[in-house]
Amino acid sequence: MAHRSSRRLGKERMASRVHLLRRRPLVWILLAGLLALLISGCGTGPQSALAPAGPVGMREAGLYNLIFWMAVVVFVLVEGLLLFTALRFRRRTSDGIPSQIHGNTRLEIVWTIIPVLILIVIAVPTITTIASASTIPQGPDVLKVTVIGHQWWWEFRYPDLGIVTADEMHIPVGTKVALTVESADVIHSFWVPRLAGKIQAIPRRQNEMWLQGDEIGEFYGQCYQLCGTSHANMRFRVFVQSKADFDAWVKDQQAVPAPPTDPEAAKGAQIFQSKACVGCHTIAGTNAKGTIGPNLTHFGSRTTIAGAMLEKTDANLAMWLHDPPGVKPGSIMPNLGLTDDEIKALVAYLDSLK
Amino acid sequence: MAEASLGGHAAAVETTTGLDHRKMVMWAFLGSECLFFGSLISTYLVYRNRSLTGPFPQDTFDIPYTSVSSFVLLMSSLTMVLALAAIQRGNVRGMRTWLVATGLLGSVFLGGQVYEFTTFIAHGLSLSRNLFGTTFFVLTGFHGAHVTVGVVILFSLFLNSLRGKLTRENSLVVELAGLYWHFVDVVWVVIFTVVYLLPY
Amino acid sequence: MATAEHAATTHQPDRRRYEGIWSWIFTVDHKKIGVMYGVTAVCFFLIGGIEALLIRSQLMFPNGKVVSPDQFNELFTMHGTTMIFLALMPLSVAFFNIVVPLQIGARDVAFPRLNAFSYWVYLFGGLLLNASYLFGGAPNAGWFGYANLTEVPYNHSSYGIDFWILGLQILGVSSMAGAFNFLVTIINARAPGMTFMRMPLFTWMTLVTSFLLILAFPVITVALVELMFDRLFATNFFNPAAGAEPILWQHLFWLFGHPEVYILILPAMGIISDVLPTFARKPLFGYPVVAYSGVAIAFMSWGVWAHHMFSAGLGPVANAVFSVTTMLIAVPTGIKIFNWIGTLWGGSINFKTPLLFALGFIAMFTIGGLSGVMLASPPADWLENDTYFVVAHIHYVLFGGTIFGLFAGIYYWFPKVTGRLLDERLGQIHFWLMLIGMNVTFAGMHVLGMEGMPRRIATYPPGMGWDTWNFIATIGAFTIAVGMLVFIYNFFASVRHGQVAGPDPWDGRTLEWSIPSPPPPYNFARIPIVRARDPFWVQKYGDAGHGHGRVVPMPVAGGAHDAEEARADEHGEGIHMPDPSYYPIVAALGLAVMLAGVILTNLILGNPPGTQPAWPPSWVAFVGLLVFLYGIYGWALEPVSGHSS
Repeated sequence: MAHRSSRRLGKERMASRVHLLRRRPLVWILLAGLLALLISGCGTGPQSALAPAGPVGMREAGLYNLIFWMAVVVFVLVEGLLLFTALRFRRRTSDGIPSQIHGNTRLEIVWTIIPVLILIVIAVPTITTIASASTIPQGPDVLKVTVIGHQWWWEFRYPDLGIVTADEMHIPVGTKVALTVESADVIHSFWVPRLAGKIQAIPRRQNEMWLQGDEIGEFYGQCYQLCGTSHANMRFRVFVQSKADFDAWVKDQQAVPAPPTDPEAAKGAQIFQSKACVGCHTIAGTNAKGTIGPNLTHFGSRTTIAGAMLEKTDANLAMWLHDPPGVKPGSIMPNLGLTDDEIKALVAYLDSLK
Repeated sequence: MAEASLGGHAAAVETTTGLDHRKMVMWAFLGSECLFFGSLISTYLVYRNRSLTGPFPQDTFDIPYTSVSSFVLLMSSLTMVLALAAIQRGNVRGMRTWLVATGLLGSVFLGGQVYEFTTFIAHGLSLSRNLFGTTFFVLTGFHGAHVTVGVVILFSLFLNSLRGKLTRENSLVVELAGLYWHFVDVVWVVIFTVVYLLPY
Repeated sequence: MATAEHAATTHQPDRRRYEGIWSWIFTVDHKKIGVMYGVTAVCFFLIGGIEALLIRSQLMFPNGKVVSPDQFNELFTMHGTTMIFLALMPLSVAFFNIVVPLQIGARDVAFPRLNAFSYWVYLFGGLLLNASYLFGGAPNAGWFGYANLTEVPYNHSSYGIDFWILGLQILGVSSMAGAFNFLVTIINARAPGMTFMRMPLFTWMTLVTSFLLILAFPVITVALVELMFDRLFATNFFNPAAGAEPILWQHLFWLFGHPEVYILILPAMGIISDVLPTFARKPLFGYPVVAYSGVAIAFMSWGVWAHHMFSAGLGPVANAVFSVTTMLIAVPTGIKIFNWIGTLWGGSINFKTPLLFALGFIAMFTIGGLSGVMLASPPADWLENDTYFVVAHIHYVLFGGTIFGLFAGIYYWFPKVTGRLLDERLGQIHFWLMLIGMNVTFAGMHVLGMEGMPRRIATYPPGMGWDTWNFIATIGAFTIAVGMLVFIYNFFASVRHGQVAGPDPWDGRTLEWSIPSPPPPYNFARIPIVRARDPFWVQKYGDAGHGHGRVVPMPVAGGAHDAEEARADEHGEGIHMPDPSYYPIVAALGLAVMLAGVILTNLILGNPPGTQPAWPPSWVAFVGLLVFLYGIYGWALEPVSGHSS
């Protein structure tokens, strides 16, 4: 963010002459440090909107950059003019009463028209970008995914592929993906900053957007609309995969997992079926048909748990099963009072669901 | 608002526009009320025909009945005008008569609304039953509350005049009550059209 | 109390029928009410500030554990609600009260008792809202309270949302009552010759703000009533299961919310439009254009609400239309900024604290305006919306803008109210701490936003690239807090020992500087006749500015034939001012108890939130109604002793 650079430069040039400012070098050192940090800060994090990895994100970030640099120019001019005026016309002992000027129509017309022109330059690409982002691609090449926000996890349904999963969305690289974004309870907001702009998940609405990942890799996203206690813990990941990897994933997801053979896992399956788990979770090929919580059919194939809050390790999973609300405040999954033995068996079972 | 209410005693103050402060604030208040009812009516329109379960308006409304009570309310605007005209001529007795008539017509309208609500509830419509019940009762209920306040003001004016406190000189108080009363009437015309007359 | 009986006979202008604290509680004097508004608003500002410091402490490091996620939600909800409704708006109203009648040459507002009523309703509403902390939990769904997170199925662990709904409705009554009062005062109680185009800009912006208030608040009132009915009477306004659209709340809220933004900024713009000419010793550059662009901003604020909803999926046409209307608002805003700079140009600028804050306003508000243009473009907004970028934007507008403007006003008018100047040196320290503190706090939030940090998250994991900026922001927040401590010390020290100001410490241009500091209860011994814009300046220096600062007697209204004016000598004898009254505070208390009665009853009975109030046990509301009716009835029948003018 170069916001501050020009302001400081302008001031520095002035500083040698200006007694008022010479007294406060600390101010300028602080501002300079801040400026250096601001510039180095952008476009580096895993959720940066300024490191787009797909065409939709690129267009939006491009428009952002256009407006940003125009704003920088205006900023430099206005703040520079303000500073110059304030210092140039500061009161001197010799001052009489300045001439009482009430205005200048020509000048005022000029500074009305210039902003209008600048805004036109911004408005035109704005409207074309709105149009391209809002034109949802159609056709056989387009992957359709329904995204459903829940307190506090994300459900991903692939209607054409018959896949239901949670917290992790897989998409093939270089492919247009049309998303329908819905909510099961309150308003959420779906955003993968590096792929495309965000859209809210609102009850009774099917909001549409599209995105495309042009880089193979793992992309972070999370809920951006306040949705209750664990709003901060409603994260998800998008895996952009090669076509072959994606197809393999689809095949795995479409298969019904085989009953567990490992005795510990089999014991876990039994516990799962006999406890409250089945009321909220679905595991294809079993009696578990609940829809309140995430579908666990291929839980073993995921890399995260609890709304992508934690990496999926046995220790984390055990910790979660031990006391879900303790891990994730407000969690709708209650503490089921499971014993350590039961948890161990359940972890084995859930891991087996590849 | 209360500064402008019953029997205000402030001597006429010289003002910039020549308009009494109380009259100006009444107009501002009514402007504000427009936005209040506008928002409620917008809500009703947004949710029109959006109920998932019955009873629906077409099962519920008795248009001829409500038309009669609407007519009663409209007539009360006429009597209100006559009340103001009377006091501006200094005719206190005439004003009393027309004030009471206006208040009674308003009461008849309110009675009609109470009866209507009772029938609707008997038909299974309630505040929480469906979107129609929610929006209908809240919109017309708030209007009814405004009419009720108007009736209270009218009868208070009448009582005040019995104590000899309403004269030609402070006929402004009657005028203010009249402004409010006409506004409430006009709002009803809009509500009646939007809620009852637009075909479902 | 014998108010009524004595009213007709006692006309001592300086009478002290209520001593000490009672003289404040029963006052109807606009200056005293203004002081009460100001002090109360600063207290709430400090509470909101403490909430902000807790928020920043929690976010200083990743995985913060200072407060729980639920407490965090309560803190930012109360921070936003408190700052907007209990600090910034009432502080503006404090200036409306103190300054507007003085600027237009009036002895009081049009409805003095309604004015007192506004204040007391504000105080009780603010206390009620904050009482929620003591009764199981504060509101927790954000200051914007998006339905359906506020509905009973998703929000039943405390009465917080109910307190929020009722608190805001009570505060709405106060704001609207105040707005009606100032609307009428400004249109209808100006001194002779004070035409619209001679009104000081602060009075102009008060007028515009009053229009916005009386038109915007009914909309939020309806939204709150609908939500309240959903929670208390199981209606379906925002219940998706019954077919309702929760997005309706967003429309209603922002239809109010965007004019509200201008309700917050326009008074501050008015203040600096008065401060800059005074300290530059030049008239406001392009006065008519500055006034009209304020009006234009107010008009346009009604056509931009959906820019808060660009990510709600309204469709490309709505997004494009609201984007263009939003960008257009930048035009009148830009005009104002250039005209302010034009005012300084060629002036003789006296760098006192009020001017520093005014310059800070222009500099910081420009940043907020530019980030506003960046938000006005929907595709860019899809990257910025609900991230810290927006947090940065609103704080540059509301902190760098409104708060700096209000502090300019505090330093500018403090001598008029108290008769003493705030200490200049401490004032400058205060200013620099605030300016540095706010930039350290909020500049980096632009980066945090673009790096994808969501708003309103109670915690964040390390490794997101957010750690540094959050740490720096917290340092900045505490810098601001230190600045506020300097101000508070300055305030108390200067009230007692500050340099005596005299009537006109700044070489002022407008009428308030033509009368003593502090002004007498009746303000103007003789109502002035206004013959020019900047009437006091013209009186001192003449039209062309070639005079020598010698005060010639003000022309007065009425002339020798006016019997009352003839009696009114320089000590104000014979000027009839409205009597103190206790009905406003009684009515305000009744109103607050009545509206709060429903939840209070449920609380007393120990019912869970969302319980439908049983009939008749909502007796607290009923008691409130009786008190309210008593207050209104007494008020209506209480004689008003003459406002002479």
